[in-house]
Amino acid sequence: MILLAFLAQTLRIAIPYLFAAAGGTLSERAGLIALALEGYMLGGAFCAVVASHYTESAWIGILAAIGGGAALSMLYAVCTIRFRADQVVVGIAINLLAIGLTRFFLRLLFDSSSNSPRVAGFQVEGSGTGFGALVQNPLVWMGVLCIVGVAWLLYRTPFGLRIRAVGEHPIAAASVGVPVARVRYIAVALSGMLAGLGGAYLSLDQHQFTDGMTAGRGFIALAAIIFGRWDPKRAALACLLFAAAETLQIRLQGTQALPSQFVEMIPYVLTIVALAGVVGRAVAPTALGRTTTE
Amino acid sequence: MPENTPRPSILLEGIDKSFGPVAANRGADLSVTTGEIHALVGENGAGKSTLMRILSGMYAADAGTMEVNGRDVSGWTTAAAIAAGVGMVHQHFMLVPTLTVAENVVLGCELTRGVVLDRVAAEDAVRALSVRTGLNVPPDRLVAELSVGEAQRVEILKTLYRGAKILILDEPTAVLSPPEVQELWQVLRSLRDDGGTIVLITHKLDEVIEVSDTITVMRQGRTVARMATHGATPQAIACAMVGRDVALAGDAEYVRGGSSGQASAVPSVLFEVRDLTVAGARRAAAVDAVSFGIAPGEILGIAGVEGNGQTELVEALAGLRRGTGSIVLAGRELIGASVRERGDAGVSHIPEDRHERGLVLDYSVAENLILGQQHRFVRGATLDTRRVLEHARSLIEAYDIRPTDPELPARALSGGNQQKIVVARELARDFTVLLAAQPTRGVDVGAIEFIHARLREAKAQGKAVLLVSADLAEVLALSDRIAVMYGGRFVAVLPREKASPDIIGPLMTGAERAA
Repeated sequence: MILLAFLAQTLRIAIPYLFAAAGGTLSERAGLIALALEGYMLGGAFCAVVASHYTESAWIGILAAIGGGAALSMLYAVCTIRFRADQVVVGIAINLLAIGLTRFFLRLLFDSSSNSPRVAGFQVEGSGTGFGALVQNPLVWMGVLCIVGVAWLLYRTPFGLRIRAVGEHPIAAASVGVPVARVRYIAVALSGMLAGLGGAYLSLDQHQFTDGMTAGRGFIALAAIIFGRWDPKRAALACLLFAAAETLQIRLQGTQALPSQFVEMIPYVLTIVALAGVVGRAVAPTALGRTTTE
Repeated sequence: MPENTPRPSILLEGIDKSFGPVAANRGADLSVTTGEIHALVGENGAGKSTLMRILSGMYAADAGTMEVNGRDVSGWTTAAAIAAGVGMVHQHFMLVPTLTVAENVVLGCELTRGVVLDRVAAEDAVRALSVRTGLNVPPDRLVAELSVGEAQRVEILKTLYRGAKILILDEPTAVLSPPEVQELWQVLRSLRDDGGTIVLITHKLDEVIEVSDTITVMRQGRTVARMATHGATPQAIACAMVGRDVALAGDAEYVRGGSSGQASAVPSVLFEVRDLTVAGARRAAAVDAVSFGIAPGEILGIAGVEGNGQTELVEALAGLRRGTGSIVLAGRELIGASVRERGDAGVSHIPEDRHERGLVLDYSVAENLILGQQHRFVRGATLDTRRVLEHARSLIEAYDIRPTDPELPARALSGGNQQKIVVARELARDFTVLLAAQPTRGVDVGAIEFIHARLREAKAQGKAVLLVSADLAEVLALSDRIAVMYGGRFVAVLPREKASPDIIGPLMTGAERAA
């Protein structure tokens, strides 16, 4: 019973990571650093709440989250692909922009500096372990399926082959007629949409938007991508591992067994360990972060 | 159309193309007949690659017209060129190392089953093509694991898979061993005999003579000559390439032991290497207990197919790579010394890859000319810009580096002129031993002649020179002794008069070991 509750809580925490990591993997495999996942998530979380507040439909909230994430990611894509701006700089700018924009509209629409009014979200019946509530939430299913979907897209479809080629050797891809910029725009847009869904899950699960509610989850997802060596399935396992660590930390709270800060460090420590080559060589896509394509 | 009426398969007229201030093509023309092997020759920077990239749709010309099979195709895209059967094999391979052979071949025009990539069909297609052309490569291998010869086969397969009837190859033999070159010629001949048209960009005159039917010569962005190969002499082609008479490596007068007169006055070995071993990425030892000595005024040439430890050997000698054993220069042990210490002790190094090791492409010519010696050009805590520029101007003049502007970024110069920057820098410094790795790679005939003269000059001044070159003719033309490297070892060390391509060729492939 305790174990089931632990697993349910782990999955619940992992869902936003899964969305963001799935999207981020596509972006990174296409050669664009997924540093703005945090911003896409925050934008998605906010759009989901605003849309469901006015329409009273969680599904329209989901669509709005996809749109919000896509809009922010297209801004990132235009700056980095069209205008060849530095990906790290633009990524950080998008994250700051998302914080500022959501704060601004929170004040404008709801006259609050901290949180939105309550929205319905998906109606779920609670149960002992928490699994019951999870299986009733369509976003949970979508979060799990998006990993499978991204893996399928990346390894089984012509478009996935092109994403992998573009992130590794864009000039070679261009030389055989692959439209490099278009492939990258689509990969980044998908990353924004998926991360936006991750944000929607967060805000709809809590039935409101609170300022800065993503709290670094986009960066944890990026850590999971790197820890998973840019493979969607391994990244998903990393997400689950990080979520389990977080669950452990929550469960240990108040027991004084271990300072919670140490448990919170786990994702980052594991990422450093991964980058140091302990779990096999971590090789990033060769063209990752390069601004020029010619 | 009757079979034997030659018609131009490719017709380029008045092509102009500039990159910023640099004009690569200035009214270049090219006419290639269907079913021939056409050699496009010229010095580096003559605009051959640019012209062919325009033809293959990678660049758009600023002016001029292009016709392929009688159709006006000016300004087309790569995709359109591929669809029309024009394929290009680039000098730097356009392959994605993390994908398999089959994935690389189908990339851009993938085979699908529904919406899913059909891997089996792709691999079958590659196998079928391999059988038809004799270009054998395992389709399921990762490209990163292939040898350069195999990678090149993949490049050719890639264009043929796309139905190329016009195949452009840019310097295809630069990375191949002599037997691999022969295989390539066979493939090209059989493609031609099947009705294919081949444009071969090269500056190796023996290749032009051996394999081509017609020759177009380019110089400074213009087409300067077109001739039938039958009846053309290397001298005539070289003359058209540089616009004046040149001495070819093969004809070069060979001066035996230039310093033999002083031999008794100087120590017999200036630079001595004992049991040098360098760990390799794939093999246990990339360089396996190699020992040799070089006398003052001697050029020791290393012949060998690339990838047999030459790179590691030179880098270990230069201090860029860790090695064990002993490296003694004029009585001083250098093993463990830093690159700077070795430089100060008198080691000069022309690295094999000017882009990776030799130059910082975004730095100016002047800055590149002081790389590694920047500490000698300071005033107080800052660079003495005036002296740096003076130094640059004198070397630009002495080495005929063009354009002559020292403030231009190195990237803006042609390959031959970039190489001259490296050579000028390394020869202008105070040195006693010169490590010259592929000193004339990707460099035109005029610059080759110039660089060879500088190497002979260093030898005449009593320097010890280690020459590594993939070009056997170059090694034979310059060296006093020739070592053949295979599998990280010297399989033979021969005096020049006992060395010939017939003896060295089999040694290079490891087919034979000399006692």
